[in-house]
Amino acid sequence: MPYAYLSPTLLLLAALTVLPIATVFLYSLVDNVIVNPNPPNFVGLDNYEEVLTNRKFRGALGNTLYFALVSVVAHFIIGLSFALLLNSRLLSANVKALFRVIYILPWVFTASIIAILWRLLMNPHGVINFLLLEFGLIPELMEWLSDRDLALNAVTFINIWSGYPFYLVSFLAGLQGIPDDLYEAGRVDGGNGWQLFRHITLPQLKPIIISLALLDFIWTVHQFTLIWMTTGGGPMRSTEVLSTYTYKAAFSSHEYSIASTIAMVILAICTFVAIFYVRSQRMADE
Amino acid sequence: MKKLALALMIALLLVAGGVMAQDDVVLEFQQWWEPELPEGSFRAILDDFEAQNPGIRVETISGPYLTTKDQIIASAATGTMADVVGLDGAWVNVLWKQGALASLTQAMMDAEYDDSELAAQIRLAGETYMIPIANFIYPVFVNLDMLEAAGIDPPTTRAEFAAAAMALTDPDNNVYGWAQPLSLEQPNGIQNDTMSWLWASGGSMLDDMGMPHLAGNEALAGTLEYLKSLHDAGVVAPGSFAMKENEKVEEFVNGRVAMIVNTLAHFTLIRERNPDLNFDITALPAAEGYDGPRGLPYASWGIGISANTEHKAEAWKLIDYLTSVEGNTKLTSIANAFPGNVNATPDFIQTDPLFETAFAIFQEGYLANEFTGLPAAEELMRQMAEPFQYYLEGDIDLDELLEIAQEEWEAIFE
Repeated sequence: MPYAYLSPTLLLLAALTVLPIATVFLYSLVDNVIVNPNPPNFVGLDNYEEVLTNRKFRGALGNTLYFALVSVVAHFIIGLSFALLLNSRLLSANVKALFRVIYILPWVFTASIIAILWRLLMNPHGVINFLLLEFGLIPELMEWLSDRDLALNAVTFINIWSGYPFYLVSFLAGLQGIPDDLYEAGRVDGGNGWQLFRHITLPQLKPIIISLALLDFIWTVHQFTLIWMTTGGGPMRSTEVLSTYTYKAAFSSHEYSIASTIAMVILAICTFVAIFYVRSQRMADE
Repeated sequence: MKKLALALMIALLLVAGGVMAQDDVVLEFQQWWEPELPEGSFRAILDDFEAQNPGIRVETISGPYLTTKDQIIASAATGTMADVVGLDGAWVNVLWKQGALASLTQAMMDAEYDDSELAAQIRLAGETYMIPIANFIYPVFVNLDMLEAAGIDPPTTRAEFAAAAMALTDPDNNVYGWAQPLSLEQPNGIQNDTMSWLWASGGSMLDDMGMPHLAGNEALAGTLEYLKSLHDAGVVAPGSFAMKENEKVEEFVNGRVAMIVNTLAHFTLIRERNPDLNFDITALPAAEGYDGPRGLPYASWGIGISANTEHKAEAWKLIDYLTSVEGNTKLTSIANAFPGNVNATPDFIQTDPLFETAFAIFQEGYLANEFTGLPAAEELMRQMAEPFQYYLEGDIDLDELLEIAQEEWEAIFE
């Protein structure tokens, strides 16, 4: 009887999660699917060998890790800094309200709007180059998105800009939940600002930090729209990440088995991270 | 009593209508054209077809280009493709491989159709699977004010183009002679702004068997070398490696780029965006010494029939109408496109001098887009764009570029 109550959820999970994952896994074990009118042949792990030994895949994996790790670290630093600022007693309520709106703005835009916006800003004739040139900070026009030495950092910067408000909101909620008693006790013990932050704020925020970092890492590994619409993985594959690489394999090369294989590799990476997330949640509950 | 009689009459009408509807053959026609045409104009053409072909009704399934592409490829995989489909040359091969398209050669034979009026047919393994019915050619758009200020005529050869681009470039004022979009997201810059130079001089990127002929292709090597010389000379607008087609047009509209290779489909857009822009069009410059007909890059609205349709004869009748002088003239007139029927003459040619020039270019040259019908055409462009970027950066030489691209293309052709 208890399982009957669970059946709607189990059915939904089976239809929306288990079945698609199983289908993609099966696709990854055959030679080609969907666009092949003949029945596909079982090839075992050949597709995995092909993908994992592919130089372009390894390049995309490296770019993905750089993009995700830098984004997560920067999101953490910026989100926490702004949250501390908004939680400070030094600012009036009106100023805080104004900055809340300003800081949260990147979050209200969709990824495609952000991509268009930053493509315009980072255009060689765009506002950013104009300002930097005017202030003498760069010697010549910079091709932010079309120079292979700059492009990956440029898209990472855009992702940082678009993603920090989630940290800000979460940290702000966390900071407001820390009892004042702890800080008062710390001050009585002679703690300075840094020591209070180091020994009270950070430990109190630790469960939130771990959860956010793990979730953000998984989301950033999946980031597609932003990179696709700004650089398309170029120039010269300098911004190729796993999501764009998968998209090209599926919808440009029509190699759905290879795309499924890459998707399974991404799933494995994210599952690995998700295990840590679940563990951290359990520890927090305990 | 009156109410009962009225109800009976309505019921009879509904039954009669139902019987009529059952007798009619309903063709589903999926395409992306209807949303791009003036409201109601495409339906009016289909109404004319229905009036001339009693018993056939056409139901349109219309959506934006990318949505239509995804839906057609997905429906081909599940065997549920619409009876008649609008096609882009870049999709034909993958649909053909799936066995999703019916042979139009067979349909023409069954209908005893004379195909001599068709401007082009897309053939795979010797049979036609797509007929381009509206064509948008890509000439060179030139900013006349900038050319006149520099005392230059629109260029007709590569050397003249390079000299013009050099004279028009003024980096201090952010003005450049030419723009070449090479974004990897939309790699059609390889087709429209790169290979077009090869086709304009009668060259080809394929061998006689239709297989890749990149390595050892002197005409292609000369073309790419020429394009690199433009980059090296600093006459190409910056940001090329991430630039998309719409940004290229935007640069031209804003007077920051003097010349671009561009589709005629953008005529209206350019005029709307900058009504004061004084521009003209000219054929793509050819290599020195080449005086043969110039291949014109083009994009098409193509049409095909689903292999699974139960109404092949009726579907062919629709294609027959849309490729006839009457139907094709109507369609291309509202689309500002060049006809798929060599005897059709769209209205706009008489009313707009720029279109008149374009039509003259169209008639003097020939339609040339070798990517049409190739397997994974978009990926082929991308596999050329990547090593081309390395070549422009000076990381690899020309031979390496062509060998890398040849290898990648051959893998896709396999």
